[in-house]
Amino acid sequence: MANLLPVVVLLPLVGAILTSLTTHLGPRRLTPLISTVTTALVLAAGCAVAFQVGSSGPLMLVLGGWETPVAIALMSDGFSAAMLLMTAGVGLVVCVFASATPEITGGYWFWPLWLFLLAGLNAVYVSADLFNTYVALELLTVAAVALVALGGRAALLPALRYLLIAVLGSLLFLLGVALVYAETGTLATFGAAEETTGGLVLLVALGVMTLGLAIKVALFPLHSWLPPAHAGAPAAVSPLMSALVIKAAFFVLARMWINLSQGSAPTELAYVLGAVGSVAALWGAALALRQSKLKRVVAYSTVAQVGYFFLLFPLVIAGDGAASALAWEGALVFLFAHGLAKAAMFMAAGSFAHAHGTDELEQLRGAAARMPVASMSMAIAGVSLAGLPPTLAFVGKWQLLHASIESGQWWWIPVLLIGGLLTFAYTARVLRILLDTEDADDQQAKVEQGKFTTVRTDYHPIPQRMQYPALLLAVLTIVLGLRSIDLTELLQAGAAMGGL
Amino acid sequence: MSRAELFIIVGVALFVFGAARMLLTGDLIRRVVALNVAGAGVFLILMSLATVRDASEPDPVLHALVLTGIVITVSITGFALALIRRIERTEIVRSGPRESDG
Amino acid sequence: MIYQWIPLVILALSLVPATIIFFLRDDQHRPRTGVNMAGATLKVVLVFALIPFAVAGETIEFRAPFVPGIDFLLRIDPFALYFLTLSSVLWFLTTIYAIGYLENSPHRSRFFAFFSLCVTATSGIALSGNLVTFLVFYELLTLATYPLVAHRQTPEALAGARTYLRYTMAGGVVLLLGVVWLTAVAGPVEFADRGSPQVAELAHEQPGTAALIFGLLIAGLAVKAALVPLHTWLPKAMVAPTPVSALLHAVAVVKAGVFGIALVVNGVFGVEVARELGVLAPLSAIAAITIVYGSVQALRQDGIKARLAYSTVSQLSYIALGLTIPSVIAMTGAVAHIVNQGLMKITLFFCAGLLAETLGVKKFSQLSGLGRRMPLTCAAFTVGALGMIGLPPVAGFVSKWYLGLGALEADQAWILGILLLSSILNAAYFLPAVYSMWWGEPQTDPGWNSSVAVKRTRLEAAPALLIPTMATAGLAVAVGVFAGLDVSSVELARVIAERFYA
Repeated sequence: MANLLPVVVLLPLVGAILTSLTTHLGPRRLTPLISTVTTALVLAAGCAVAFQVGSSGPLMLVLGGWETPVAIALMSDGFSAAMLLMTAGVGLVVCVFASATPEITGGYWFWPLWLFLLAGLNAVYVSADLFNTYVALELLTVAAVALVALGGRAALLPALRYLLIAVLGSLLFLLGVALVYAETGTLATFGAAEETTGGLVLLVALGVMTLGLAIKVALFPLHSWLPPAHAGAPAAVSPLMSALVIKAAFFVLARMWINLSQGSAPTELAYVLGAVGSVAALWGAALALRQSKLKRVVAYSTVAQVGYFFLLFPLVIAGDGAASALAWEGALVFLFAHGLAKAAMFMAAGSFAHAHGTDELEQLRGAAARMPVASMSMAIAGVSLAGLPPTLAFVGKWQLLHASIESGQWWWIPVLLIGGLLTFAYTARVLRILLDTEDADDQQAKVEQGKFTTVRTDYHPIPQRMQYPALLLAVLTIVLGLRSIDLTELLQAGAAMGGL
Repeated sequence: MSRAELFIIVGVALFVFGAARMLLTGDLIRRVVALNVAGAGVFLILMSLATVRDASEPDPVLHALVLTGIVITVSITGFALALIRRIERTEIVRSGPRESDG
Repeated sequence: MIYQWIPLVILALSLVPATIIFFLRDDQHRPRTGVNMAGATLKVVLVFALIPFAVAGETIEFRAPFVPGIDFLLRIDPFALYFLTLSSVLWFLTTIYAIGYLENSPHRSRFFAFFSLCVTATSGIALSGNLVTFLVFYELLTLATYPLVAHRQTPEALAGARTYLRYTMAGGVVLLLGVVWLTAVAGPVEFADRGSPQVAELAHEQPGTAALIFGLLIAGLAVKAALVPLHTWLPKAMVAPTPVSALLHAVAVVKAGVFGIALVVNGVFGVEVARELGVLAPLSAIAAITIVYGSVQALRQDGIKARLAYSTVSQLSYIALGLTIPSVIAMTGAVAHIVNQGLMKITLFFCAGLLAETLGVKKFSQLSGLGRRMPLTCAAFTVGALGMIGLPPVAGFVSKWYLGLGALEADQAWILGILLLSSILNAAYFLPAVYSMWWGEPQTDPGWNSSVAVKRTRLEAAPALLIPTMATAGLAVAVGVFAGLDVSSVELARVIAERFYA
């Protein structure tokens, strides 16, 4: 079954080349179909991998016949399998959403680029070697930037900013990789752990990598590239960006910390990351509360949620056995839940923007009456992000809270609780505006007062296929919340390799 | 101070200056050039690290990393320049040709 | 065993209608009503069919892993069934009322979907077998109620709903903290009739921590139970359509709060342990203050719904107060009042809606002489008012009687004083209205003869509104009159109370 590991990377690559050809030479109408089918196949492969990992432990495969460190080694444990599932699953739903109308994809090039992105993401998740991880990160960065650039003129500059800052992050990561290699003599992600003795070089390596990856994850205060890029991207691209792309960098970061710092964990640095994450969670939410455009609200929400992910480090690194395991599970469940909920939220936001020709919140007043399904998706996704029971994020939050109490790090509790309330607050604010009824006279009056320049652009109904994918993902966060045990068991399958 | 250490220091300096310039400057082309300078700094560090253990027989793996890294950086530079061209084209369409250029 | 699915079926009977209705268009009147009534009817039938099981002492459990180490646990035991019966019967009646009330108003599908979801949450609260499951439905209730309170989408409605949401969300967070903490120090806690043994152990070893956790849990629940000073959302939530207020005050939100307090006191800590910890006395005091404060505030309101809202604040704390008196008789009164207050309060709200819809009467000062125009409505209102004061033969008398006897048994005569004072205040704000209703001079109000809703029928108001009102009023009297029977609701309350003390 380990032979499936190259499939999850090669299959989307083949699909990407095929769809590039159909997009370039025609027939173009085949492009979405091929791309969607490829994604579905990748999802099936991901399911097979997850099943295998869940039932008999991590998979490992060395390609090319060379010896390490030159050979390409692939590996999948519970964490990686869960990410493969989430990526292909969310991707497939977004494909269905995107195939509704070419207007929300920014053109047919969306389809091959998405498959390149998928290949890059999956390569990150199955790579067992630091240098391949670097190459995969670059592949997905280029694909992601190109996808953002599909958003038209206004998105070009954010795309460029995103590219430059992401490459800077990659360079830092590469530097860290080199330091690790110089210190340990191996590039294997898991082999390096056995060679480490801690020490200054390793601390510098970890620090440099953390900084580089934190840029890519958009950890506060390195987040300023994210909102314009994620909000400026086409409606079908934003969910991929916020739900999937930043996860890849976080995946690598979590891997590095767990593997490189065994036994000699730089606890202080972990606390710093937790503290920065806390600030990010609260500040990001406060900024999300103040945005006047819907997609910006969702984008800042990502900045806030990223903050929570970083609570993993102090709780896992500085907690003892039981607390550490709880926190590991909790943070990863949170990560997974965010992927589903954020994709749902961005799809719903994209639907509103597409139907109204704008995502200015003022212009969306009363939209709930016209688009109940999208509003419902938005509401459920928001509830899910806020970690209210019985959603999946609640399970994550519960575990994190439990871990905080268990390890005596009680100071994370207010962050988790208040952050949840703030998350709920910005969703509620959006919903209140969507629910507000305002007759045409008020609209006219506001235009005359100069509150906004144009009268509301005419609402035009959106296709069915755009409405239900968001709802599906949103509902999935609840269903998975009730069945979270399967996910946590899968995540534990990585415990053998993950060092926990 | 050995030669390797000297090159590492130079590499770090290149990276820091490049990164700082990239983050601080507004001009798009300059930002791309600055990013390349920062990249050169990282590659220099990598190559120096290759000689830290045995100066007469540098580690081939790190050299392979540098080669791949250079290829990636070149393609990304190309991509960035293409984006810049499109950005400037839309600016020209929008506001007419800029006079202060060049 | 096939029985273990019954709790899920109970939830599904309101969750499935909610889901179907959400996707219906507003003009699909027949399918919506059909689905709604089918769910409500089946639920009442099922719940009543379960009563013999509960009386025989059988419990039915559904268990599935939820959070690692903690199960999602639904359990049908007498106390659960007691609350479930109330909620299913009142859901059935309120649905009829709401169909009549909201005829031709916009967003009906959304309304009924969330209405059913709200009932799903209430049923889940009744069924929950541990704190985590309780928390799930407690938060679901908050969320499902928000769109109902905000239903009219006017600025006032949105502001009221916002206040409601702020209070209840904050309460939910405090509750969550309490539950997590308790789980961390005592392991996963399941409700048991005389308190969980793990919690008893915790209270023995770390009394400070246990008391603090008790405080957090109660504080989280007190928001919904509208204990002073966390009650202020309740009058503001009055902007909701009347059927919502009725359901909110009788069975859904506020009852979830007191039901939760009952579970924490009896099911988690156990009365004995809680008393030894010394945490019941502060709760008693707060409940007593709330009773008096709510009554005084009610006296100052003229709006019918506003006065009823403060009356709810006051009446709910009878239950909280009863829970803190260490006596089986008082506990019986507290449990019985869960149903009794529900029946009486929903009757009063139904009447308020009838008066507002039929005649546009929204204030106590406009009630004068209405007995001649709407005798049935006024009779129902009188029943509710007399019950609230605690006069026989209405149900409210029974609960006050048991509470009073219990207080005497437990040597806490001051509680008797509170009950008496509250009854006098209740009489002060209800009796003049009842008097002027029947014997006052009719005002020459422009709305007097221009009845909108009633044309085809010979009834005084729309039958969909009138019949549920008569039914709840009838039940409120029946519960009081038949209190002495072996199968009465009070008898069932006694069985439950004895289990807590067994």
